[in-house]
Amino acid sequence: MTAHAGTLLIRGGRVIDPAQGIDRVDDLLVRDGRVAGIGRHDGTVDETIDATGLLVAPGLIDMHVHLREPGREEDETIESGTRAALAGGFTSVACIPNTEPPIDTQAAVEFIHQKAARADTCNVFVVGCVSRGREGKELAEIGQLVEAGAVAFSDDGAPVYDAELMRRAYEYCRMFDAPILAHEEVLELSRGGVMNEGLVSLLLGLKGMPAAAEEVMIGRDIALAEVTGGRLHVMHVSTAAGVALIRAAKARGARVTAEACPHHFTLTDESLRGFDSNYKMSPPLRTAADVDGILAGIADGTIDCIATDHAPHAPEKKMLELDRAPFGILGLETAVGLSVTRLVATGRIGWPRLVEALSTLPARILGVDRGTLVPGAVADITLIDPERQWRVDVSSFRSKSVNSPFDGWTLTGRAVATIVAGRVKYRLGAG
Amino acid sequence: MMTSPFEPEPVPSAWRHRHLLDLERLTAEEIRLLLDTAALFKEATDRCRRKLSVLQGSTVVNLFFENSTRTRTSFALAARRLGADVVDFSASTSSLSKGESFIDTARNLEAMGIDAVVVRHTTPGTPHLLAQHLDVGVINAGDGPHEHPTQGLLDIFSIRERLGDLAGATIGLVGDIAHSRTARSNLWGLLKLGAKVILCGPPTLVSDRWRELGVEVSHDLDAIVPRCDVLNLLRIQFERQSMRPFPSVREYAHLYAMTRDRLRRAKPGLLILAPGPINRGVEMTAEVADCRQSLILDQVTNGLAVRMGVLWLTCGPREPGAATVTGRPGIAARIQP
Repeated sequence: MTAHAGTLLIRGGRVIDPAQGIDRVDDLLVRDGRVAGIGRHDGTVDETIDATGLLVAPGLIDMHVHLREPGREEDETIESGTRAALAGGFTSVACIPNTEPPIDTQAAVEFIHQKAARADTCNVFVVGCVSRGREGKELAEIGQLVEAGAVAFSDDGAPVYDAELMRRAYEYCRMFDAPILAHEEVLELSRGGVMNEGLVSLLLGLKGMPAAAEEVMIGRDIALAEVTGGRLHVMHVSTAAGVALIRAAKARGARVTAEACPHHFTLTDESLRGFDSNYKMSPPLRTAADVDGILAGIADGTIDCIATDHAPHAPEKKMLELDRAPFGILGLETAVGLSVTRLVATGRIGWPRLVEALSTLPARILGVDRGTLVPGAVADITLIDPERQWRVDVSSFRSKSVNSPFDGWTLTGRAVATIVAGRVKYRLGAG
Repeated sequence: MMTSPFEPEPVPSAWRHRHLLDLERLTAEEIRLLLDTAALFKEATDRCRRKLSVLQGSTVVNLFFENSTRTRTSFALAARRLGADVVDFSASTSSLSKGESFIDTARNLEAMGIDAVVVRHTTPGTPHLLAQHLDVGVINAGDGPHEHPTQGLLDIFSIRERLGDLAGATIGLVGDIAHSRTARSNLWGLLKLGAKVILCGPPTLVSDRWRELGVEVSHDLDAIVPRCDVLNLLRIQFERQSMRPFPSVREYAHLYAMTRDRLRRAKPGLLILAPGPINRGVEMTAEVADCRQSLILDQVTNGLAVRMGVLWLTCGPREPGAATVTGRPGIAARIQP
């Protein structure tokens, strides 16, 4: 990413940087693509943005995004997905390696980096495969992938099923201090399932995926992380009991972090009553008690961060009978609105905690030099209008797919400008 | 077979639905209207043997994505007895095997100028999805383990013929509740009409979660038999089970098959239903299937009457903004020979 030469002043916004403990109305000066300082600035600059009434946050980072390229460009490409990210306020995404072929070689990592550079949109951090070919049989060349720039490892889409392999992965990754991003699912318990197992699945006659399928695997992975000293990051936690397991593990000092997705703290399995496949995702939408558990987990920090599990599917694949339609929901362009609406507007958390969950902590977990506005940091900045009410319109999405059940929803809070390395890459209303 | 002359008449305005997708979303009044309409058709056609012309010029498509003999035949006969043309369409002979989506298939059929689609599918909610994409009436003939509304209606119709009012009657649904669409349609219909429902079977097939609906759940058939006025013995759906939910058929039959011994401990007037096809020796012994309290063959005849009623209510002529709400369909007088 080429840095922008020159100066940019973001004037009069509420600057929030949890990494420095800053939350105050002030100016922020960017010089040559890096943060020059926070404080009143009266000198001449090349460009000024009036941020009065806006939040000025370190650029948001979505650490769980399926960009689909290579292999499924009909669903999303690196270019379309990163444009969606910018429109959603994200300056960085971490892309999950369940592509075709999967990202398990240096060449594949290079391919992503090249495509991302060509798109010239936001930062793309590459997550490499835990196992060769995502087959769950032997470790991928993790050291080589780290050299190529991979920041974390995951076989997401599926769990690493072999417990011995998972144990080795934790041990091996300690060399690089890289986290394993774990999709937690006992496949025998969820096989053939299309939604949460509960009263609603019982009434609809749909095969359920029990909460236990997720919780049993979270329990296994916590035990393995503790025994090896490896770093576990639990992806898309969807159950209240899963949150409790993570809370207990953290209290014991285990190296465990976790993320939750906006859909899992917004919707419940009741949504499936209309048999709409836009509500089909894995892990599935759970119950109101689970939603409460996740909200509480975000509020008390058990859940470190918010990630979207952005999973685009072309309409012709998604508009099928429920058991044939693939799992997945778009996330990038609704994440800020849903998070503000569900967490901040309801008073569950304050703005600094939201910024931490969407920027500070994802950067820390991935070990990337982002997520702060400290002087000298790369000037990735997101401006958020905290009060703006807006209507979700999937037809305006930058994503190539439209599988969002939030079409028509009115949300509060929206990114209005997304700045990457000092360059304004997205402005709301600027097309 | 005679055809009686008939002037098409609007369906009663109390019936507002274009589709019959499930019983869960119908009111008790709507369910009674369906049952009353079926009763009129049964009477007017001499136990469904005679032909009418109330749907003359209409075309009904049987769109079956899952095997069926009895339900498909029953719908086809019901449509013909109302004077409609019937087209049978099954997934195995269609372009679905060429990769066409089922919605495209249905839209193509619709473009040929049909009036109703009777759909059966292995996936719950498929009729609901079709109803969103088609302008013609959609009738659910079974969507996976979800609902089979005409089966539920014909079971209830058969019980009502014998017991009159269902309010206060105790009906046991026994067997593979987990995989049974018949169970779900019966459950909603019976609850709405005020019956007491007991679901009975092993915990692997009868979830305790049903209690959240205020339904009694029992895992002991012997304990509930003496309290029931009706037992509906549901087939074990081996084909839908990913792992057998009991150790052996022998053990299941030992615990849950309706036998002569269990019949002896029942109320004298106990009625036996089974949606069929039955596995003799599994859900019940042959002597129970053929006993005088068995309504199994009544169910088949009543199935025709119910499906005639459903087809007429969903695709019969409608009067825009018809205001007259009569409890009974106005068709009664007109279908007299």
